[in-house]
Amino acid sequence: MPHRKVGFGLRSIGHTVVNGVWRLGYASRFFLLTLVSSGASFRRIHLTIREIYFSGVMSLIIILVSGLFVGMVLGLQGYETLQKYGSESALGSLVALSLVRELGPVLAALLFASRAGSAITAEIGLMKATEQISAMEMMAVDPISRVVAPRFWGGVISMPLLAAMFSAIGVFGGYLVGVVFIGVDEGSFWSQMQAAVDFRQDIVNGVIKSVTFGIAVTAIALFEGYDAPPTAEGVSHATTRTVVTSALVVLGLDFILTAFMFRGV
Amino acid sequence: MPAENLVEISDLSFAYNKRPILKGINMKIPRGKIVAIMGLSGCGKTTTLRLIGGALKSRSATGSVKVAGQEVRDLDQEGLYRMRRKMGMLFQFGALFTDLSVYENVAFQMREHTDLPESMIRDLVLMKLHAVGLRGAQNLMPSELSGGMARRVALARAISLDPMLMMYDEPFAGLDPISLSVIGNLIRHLNDALGATSIVVTHDIQESLKIVDYIYFMAEGVVVAEGTADEIKASSLPFVHQFVWGEIDGPVSFHYPSPPYRKDLLLETAHAA
Repeated sequence: MPHRKVGFGLRSIGHTVVNGVWRLGYASRFFLLTLVSSGASFRRIHLTIREIYFSGVMSLIIILVSGLFVGMVLGLQGYETLQKYGSESALGSLVALSLVRELGPVLAALLFASRAGSAITAEIGLMKATEQISAMEMMAVDPISRVVAPRFWGGVISMPLLAAMFSAIGVFGGYLVGVVFIGVDEGSFWSQMQAAVDFRQDIVNGVIKSVTFGIAVTAIALFEGYDAPPTAEGVSHATTRTVVTSALVVLGLDFILTAFMFRGV
Repeated sequence: MPAENLVEISDLSFAYNKRPILKGINMKIPRGKIVAIMGLSGCGKTTTLRLIGGALKSRSATGSVKVAGQEVRDLDQEGLYRMRRKMGMLFQFGALFTDLSVYENVAFQMREHTDLPESMIRDLVLMKLHAVGLRGAQNLMPSELSGGMARRVALARAISLDPMLMMYDEPFAGLDPISLSVIGNLIRHLNDALGATSIVVTHDIQESLKIVDYIYFMAEGVVVAEGTADEIKASSLPFVHQFVWGEIDGPVSFHYPSPPYRKDLLLETAHAA
């Protein structure tokens, strides 16, 4: 009996590994196919602009409100710690560096995955369940080129813009709490920030992070939607997987990118 | 039947994951005619339709499916898309693009495959919508349409590029009697007006017998009977007779295969005790 259980366990592990590798290969092929079929997204730019509206503009409210509160909390917590060392004038640089290097790209990506990523998965999953994708194929229109690629580029273009807005409104939130409510000197708040934030080291690296997260989150959302079983349960599971996988991938990628970008130099 | 067939299927077999769906079927669809493929759910009707449209490309398919003389399985993606531009398909529940209006749904293929000016696209869309009686609904969204209206819009979209072959997958499913007659008449009328050829996959016997020229009856992956509407009505084959007249008992039994009723209810065990 124990032998049978061990055999069953091994088979189950093997099955999971093989499935995982197969799915990863399928996802990579899907991603490459999306890149190859991207021509129409730029030739017919209105398709991509429409997706920028749905992924980007429609996510603005959640991004701006979250950014404002994150900045305000950073202002409060930063002041609380810095004033112990008499360095409250460094509040501006703390808020800006935290947002531009880390919180802006990461939190904006997590919010983007929850708001736009889940919507993309559900929309494509339902298009599949209601045979809209099959109908498109029967009309000799490639759904990867017409449906997937514009959404991909819409997401990739939106993500860094959203992260930039998250950071900008966050800095304003930090200013509101630190300078307006608590009374930190306004001149030192801005001048310390200007001196501490380096364009190449901080801003460009933050943009690279947000573009990478945009590619990852949008590709995951599109793949999960396209691969979803055409049932209510299948679409629901795919939407959940999009949010969970995106969050894990964003955090994992953030660690790797940070390790390469910021090494104390 | 005339000699020139638009679609020819010979010895076609197909399996999903080793489960046989089609077992060596033969069909001929002559140009200009409406041919129905009938049978119970799961008998392989839709699979046949999908194989004709090249939507199923599997190594487990053997035999031949030719459309306008071209072997479908030999076509690459580009060739398949070229062939599909001459085909129209009406899906079971319409499959309208839910983010586009009725007008945009009908204009979709014209925008994708032609460089027609907007004024000409507008005229063509209105003509197609007029043909299905829904010119006045051009600005509605799919969510605002009834089931019958959605099916008619999907029909207008399917004929937007004047296809040589129309395929209908369960066009009568879930429709009220009036919509059912409207769709039936449209299938006949549009086929004759466009000079197209139509394949109707359905199990709605009464409506389809009124409009089709020839019928193939399928059961468990094989063609069990074929003929004109009158020949099918007069058929003495038990399965066809049961299907046409909607009899409860016959070769297709009411009960799903199960162990003896008394045994399932544990009556025999109780008596023994």
